[in-house]
Amino acid sequence: MAILIKKAIIVNSKGMSKEPQDILIEKGVIAKIGKISDPDAKIIEANGKYLLPGLIDLHCHLREPGQEHKETIETGCRSAAKGGFTSVVCMPNTNPVIDNAKVVEGILKEVKRVGLVHVFPAGAITKGQKGEELSDMMELKEAGCLVLSDDGKSVQNSQLMRHALEYAKMAELLLMEHCEDATVSKGVINEGFYSTLLGLKGIPDIAETIIVARDIELARYLKTKIHFCHISSRRSIDLIRQAKAQGVQVTAEACPHYFSLTEAAVQDFDTNTKVNPPLRSKEDVEAIKLALKDGTLDCISTDHAPHASEEKELEFDAAPSGMIGFETALGLAVRELVEPKHITWSTLVEKMSMAPASILGLVNKGEIAEGKDADIVLVDPDKEWIFEKDHIVSKSKNSPFAGETLKGFIELTMCNGKVVYQA
Amino acid sequence: MIGWKYGDLLELSDLSREDIESVLETAKAFKEVSTRDIKKVPALRGKTVVMLFSEPSTRTRLSFELAAKRLSADTLNVTVSSSSLQKGETLLDMAKNIEAMNVDMIIVRHKSAGVPQILARELKPGVINAGDGCRSHPTQALLDLFTIQERLGRIDGLKVGIIGDILHSRVARSNIYGLIKMGAKVTLCGPSTLIPPEIERQGVDITYKLDEVVADADVLMCLRLQKERQEEKYLPSIREYVKVFGLTKEKIKNAKPDVLIMHPGPVNRGIELSAELADGANSVILEQVTNGVAVRMAILYLLFGKKEKVS
Repeated sequence: MAILIKKAIIVNSKGMSKEPQDILIEKGVIAKIGKISDPDAKIIEANGKYLLPGLIDLHCHLREPGQEHKETIETGCRSAAKGGFTSVVCMPNTNPVIDNAKVVEGILKEVKRVGLVHVFPAGAITKGQKGEELSDMMELKEAGCLVLSDDGKSVQNSQLMRHALEYAKMAELLLMEHCEDATVSKGVINEGFYSTLLGLKGIPDIAETIIVARDIELARYLKTKIHFCHISSRRSIDLIRQAKAQGVQVTAEACPHYFSLTEAAVQDFDTNTKVNPPLRSKEDVEAIKLALKDGTLDCISTDHAPHASEEKELEFDAAPSGMIGFETALGLAVRELVEPKHITWSTLVEKMSMAPASILGLVNKGEIAEGKDADIVLVDPDKEWIFEKDHIVSKSKNSPFAGETLKGFIELTMCNGKVVYQA
Repeated sequence: MIGWKYGDLLELSDLSREDIESVLETAKAFKEVSTRDIKKVPALRGKTVVMLFSEPSTRTRLSFELAAKRLSADTLNVTVSSSSLQKGETLLDMAKNIEAMNVDMIIVRHKSAGVPQILARELKPGVINAGDGCRSHPTQALLDLFTIQERLGRIDGLKVGIIGDILHSRVARSNIYGLIKMGAKVTLCGPSTLIPPEIERQGVDITYKLDEVVADADVLMCLRLQKERQEEKYLPSIREYVKVFGLTKEKIKNAKPDVLIMHPGPVNRGIELSAELADGANSVILEQVTNGVAVRMAILYLLFGKKEKVS
């Protein structure tokens, strides 16, 4: 049955509709936009609320296979849908690692069974993410991977990374680098005033920038693309800005926690604030906001990283890094970026839908237009809401934002023309 | 004690100058108790104090235990594995179990910074930090302040040099706060690799020249150098460390004649401090140990005096 969304303000990356529009959805596709009446269609009244193309997350952890106590594909997809995401890229640090076609096929089969949002598994760059031998990239491509990453660590060996970039270019796969020089990053929080004050081992920004700089040089030399995951520091942004100006094909993402929190948040030893890369200084936060505005950072990803409560209820040193992010991403982005008029709603759509779609090469996503996939999210832009721990649908609850007031309330998420979440 | 408002002692920076003065004043009275023939007062009779230590410690544990016993409290020692992860038991589980046995105070030492905070947040009994990771060791700093005050009659206006591995030292961190709060001027001296970043923002001066800090110091505080720092590539060699930063009679020949030499112990004789200096007339190392008991009695007394937890 066709669905007709009545009177929605359409927000695309190029701009917003001046008047509320009606949107007819048929067979999973946006069939028509305008002033429409269709007596046979199921009506959804938007009442002037914002209709955005479904959000696309380039970086999340669904934990299945192997760590189903943290998250499953089903709970993860449900959480994504609640957060307005209709496509997500899940990282390969599962058990077994996503480094061969069998694992990819297993995930895609479960995604299909769950039938909520699109999931694009990232294959590992190296077998077992060990940083020793390249994965069978052509096989991963054939199985359905669009991107590769050894997320959780960088490919430390520069020669291996060079070959990975060369081979991935042939396989038409994008490499997404988690930038971290393991020899410099033996800590748990940002190195600086707070690591000194709290007596916790520091991770300096150079742990990130050394790999950013190396990879920019590799991409320049090899004339190929590279994508940087979850950029956290001002210096990395400077390097990326310069590389872009020189024509190096680099793209990069920010995560909501890196523009919503500073390192000061770790003061109370709440292990939900432990994340890798670590929360950084106020200057870094400002640089990230500016880089989102000026385009140095192309998109916003969540790095949704669920961990069970018993895993997080440990000493700060011993607790695993990461926080969940699907259900807070839009609310934080609106509160921190749109509400203070730092960026517009259209730019937000660019960062959370259009740019990730184009980075993945998904030509039918990222925009609300006739003929595009009916992956959409309906948002009440002005509604403030409290992010309650009890209402989290992810299997894990590890968020430092519990109890906070966020802005921009997701009323409905539709994927492939099917309602997958309704508030 | 009027005005004492804390049920926990988590880090020294929770205390104001007046609070610190209260502790030092109270400790003075308790020092006298330890010199009596019968070294016991009934202040904490019927109270149970648990010492939860995840790191080997002889003197701090002994000092706390004596302090509690001299106040007539019952004491228990629990040694836990360095990470609760190893037992498959979360930190919180362990703490809740101890709480369930109706203890009144938990004295905790842990290799991970922040553990006393985490426990205090979740538990009803009071929590005393007996050293957490590289972060904080409030009772050590208080006993150091007590020793300086007793010996030199004041802290305000004194020049104190802290020498050695500042990066890994919880003693240094707590002392920096306490000394500055009490009006002293603090200079840090050590190898550049062992000075933590942005520590100058806490109001200290930094020098890499031992001569400079020795020259006008009223107090020189040496820190223990762990031999592992060489393997961890912070230092070229222990030999070079001793040569450049090890305190010897020769190196303090230009110091004030009555400069106090302090050390939190245990001393690596011949590394950060020569045996001659450790045992010499300027050394107050054993007085620090004696005063430790009095200061910890004062802390226990004050914390128990406050009925409800604040943290």
